[in-house]
Amino acid sequence: MSAARKVPVYRGRFGPVQAERLLWRAGFGPRPGEAEKLARKGLDGAVRSLTRAKRERLVGPAPVDDDKHRIAPIDAWGHDHLWWLDRMVRTSRPLVERMTLVWHDWFATSNSGVGSQRLMLKQNRLFRSRGLGSFERLLVAVTKDPAMLLWLGGTDNEKGSPNENYGRELMELFTLGAGRGYTERDVREQARALTGWRNDWDDDKGPVNFRYDRERHDTGSKRIFGKRGRFDWQDACRLSVRHRTHRSFFVSKLWSYFIPTPPSAATRRALESVYVRNHYAIRPVVEAILKHPALYSNRRMVKPPVVYLAGMLRARKRGIDTEAWTWLSNQAGQQLFYPPNVAGWQDDRWLDTASFLARWNLAGRVLRPVVLETSDKAPLNANKLIERALEFWGRPELSPPTRRALKAFAAHAIRDADRSWKKTQYPPLIENALRHLIAVSPDMQTS
Amino acid sequence: MSSDCCNEFSRSSLMRKAVAQAGSGLPAIEPGMPVPAGTGLDRRSFLARSVGLALAVYGGTALAPRAFDHGIAQALAAGGPDTVLVSVFLDGGADNLSLLFPHGDPEYRRLRPKLALPDSGLVFPEDTRLRWHPSARAFHTLHNEGKLSVLPAVGYTDADQSHFTSRHYWEVGDTNARLQTGWLGRYLDRVGSNDNPLQGVSLDGDLSPSLATAKKPVAALSGAGNYSFWAPGVWGQVEERMLDAVGSLGASRGKDPALAGARAVTFQSHRLRQQMAQFDSDITSPVPYPRSESGFPDQMAGLAAMLAAGLPLHCVALSAYGMYDTHSDQAEDLADGLKLTSDTLLAFQRDLEARGLANRVLTLVWSEFGRRAEENGSDGTDHGAAGIGLLMGTRVRGNMIGEFPGLKSGLDDDGNLRATVDYRSIYCSVLEQWLATDATAVIPRAKSFARVPLLR
Repeated sequence: MSAARKVPVYRGRFGPVQAERLLWRAGFGPRPGEAEKLARKGLDGAVRSLTRAKRERLVGPAPVDDDKHRIAPIDAWGHDHLWWLDRMVRTSRPLVERMTLVWHDWFATSNSGVGSQRLMLKQNRLFRSRGLGSFERLLVAVTKDPAMLLWLGGTDNEKGSPNENYGRELMELFTLGAGRGYTERDVREQARALTGWRNDWDDDKGPVNFRYDRERHDTGSKRIFGKRGRFDWQDACRLSVRHRTHRSFFVSKLWSYFIPTPPSAATRRALESVYVRNHYAIRPVVEAILKHPALYSNRRMVKPPVVYLAGMLRARKRGIDTEAWTWLSNQAGQQLFYPPNVAGWQDDRWLDTASFLARWNLAGRVLRPVVLETSDKAPLNANKLIERALEFWGRPELSPPTRRALKAFAAHAIRDADRSWKKTQYPPLIENALRHLIAVSPDMQTS
Repeated sequence: MSSDCCNEFSRSSLMRKAVAQAGSGLPAIEPGMPVPAGTGLDRRSFLARSVGLALAVYGGTALAPRAFDHGIAQALAAGGPDTVLVSVFLDGGADNLSLLFPHGDPEYRRLRPKLALPDSGLVFPEDTRLRWHPSARAFHTLHNEGKLSVLPAVGYTDADQSHFTSRHYWEVGDTNARLQTGWLGRYLDRVGSNDNPLQGVSLDGDLSPSLATAKKPVAALSGAGNYSFWAPGVWGQVEERMLDAVGSLGASRGKDPALAGARAVTFQSHRLRQQMAQFDSDITSPVPYPRSESGFPDQMAGLAAMLAAGLPLHCVALSAYGMYDTHSDQAEDLADGLKLTSDTLLAFQRDLEARGLANRVLTLVWSEFGRRAEENGSDGTDHGAAGIGLLMGTRVRGNMIGEFPGLKSGLDDDGNLRATVDYRSIYCSVLEQWLATDATAVIPRAKSFARVPLLR
């Protein structure tokens, strides 16, 4: 490896606009006043406050269902989604939660194949606790995670009848990328190395007692990536992470969660060197990405549906109080713990006419409990109504075309108020409409 | 859900619901309990612009939504299939000994001291011991007109008394807990099209397991004209202005690809809403349907309207109104369910006749089992074996199929009514006589089930 290259760092102004973007990309958007507060820390301080946050505090009311009962994330269908959404909304460590979502997508395990909310939540804890540490250790932990063992056939993989499912995805999706330096033989040999995991079935609890059983492990010699040895499951992980194509796969994939265009070759190599120099630690790479000029000057990204929803709830300081979030998120294309397949969600396909309607309905559900009545007072003035509606959402940054569309709407609607009763009743209706239009505006769908 | 039904029923309903909502996968289930057919099928939502319907499409995953829209439009232009089969499910195990009760059987009053019904006067002509339930007068009318064939005891031997398992057997057309395709799904796999998901459609919003296919696409309908934008606290002129403003939000593009993409989708959604608005109040029926809070009359009225519009529907499935798992307070719950269900089915038949569609449609009514002959101690009845089956349409024979075995010698060792016709005999006969297909290619061991002449 050549001399360590430096990853470029953003040197422009770091004001509330930049802080707002950082909070959306590295978290779930600002609570009121949060972007201004973060901006005062400067770029370095802001990034450090996210990547090296102190102990988590949950701010706001505890999550309940529609009957105001405590949610039951392990037992009730859909409450797993509510439980995690609540963490996204209330956490004081948004990046930790966002990284947990990154790993959920990276190691996309779906409860449709696992059939146990208990095990899915266990995996979720793993992502949360190890999400910024060593990727190699994370990979080792995921490899023996019960939900993953069920999802990709790990406990079906035994000596004499290997199941190649995990061995293949370990390289294709988790560490190297398709066609990047491994062969079908490596898949078979990885599968042999990974043999040995098993579990029991309990009539009440379902799958239990996940363990490594030497009797089921293929102790024979294997040849993986041209190396020969009596490799086991930990070797399978280690060999994959040390493979020459892993570092570029890792930094590019991680980058893609934060920035929509691929890194330049120079930036990629610099990130690789940060990654390797830090012994495959995740945090330094995340920090370098979050400080990169591309995050601030580059294109916008469509917010994933749960980020969009959690962001609205954070802006409103609203807790989880309805089970509707589960099915509405599903309609919007993202039910947590149910990624569509082992490759995760398709981040470039979030928006279409069906998911737009679902996002419209998500916004409507956020607005419903605080809707203004016709008896509420609101000014008969387009600009003032727009200001109030922007204030409602914590003054998000809007593009000129969106501002123009809001202005035209409010002005027309005010002009419609040609009777005295309309002059008092229309303004609160217009303000309700403005809140909704801002929430579904292209600016709020992206960050 | 009523608190009168048994735990297993509630749980299995919830589990099925979870399956349907999640699109795939079950909460942990008891070992041995069958996984509903169709579980794990990919579900994708889209709007069929050609017909103004919001669809959740299952299976046929190789095709993009555009292809389905195109397929529907093509099938529409081709005039749609000739015959339509409608499957109506009475959820919970309907009590056939009340729907068509053995007034003239001396055992009846002994076994049902509290629940035995007084003579309704609605005599069943083929077996004058039997009377129609007073709330099912509509069935009496249909039968007298020769438009309703009646199976007083349909089922299978050694009936499984689990809601979940027995319903699964009916759905897959075999007493096989592991079968993962529905009986109508296998039929559609054989004759259906690759790009018309409306050929097999659930009207309940969730995929009906009986329609679960292996290859061909089928759909669940969340209603015509459902693509509307509702905004809380906004109405009248302001709402109209607001909906127009959605178009303005999407009107410009700009340089940023993500923002431009979001604006484009915003504009498309706005246009689609305008196109769909015309379907909002489209359903007008030539005959009156019962008024009800439940969706069942609207679903049936909507079905007739869709058929009249020439939509390429071929196999249709939905659940009737009512909670038929009547372990307690049976008299009230059952009368309520039967009244709205039978009145709605009569209205549907009249609607089809008024629209000149009646000869194309056959409706099959079924339940997962009947109920125990002897009543229980809580003014209800427990799970039984043979149950009720009905076939409605202008082309059915309108006769009795099988017989009522009587309560003296017609009960099995558990005190449940024995089946006089196997449900797979009906499936095979429907497939061959109504759908003109080879039943042996659809129903396992089809040769072992006698065929019944169904049509005039």
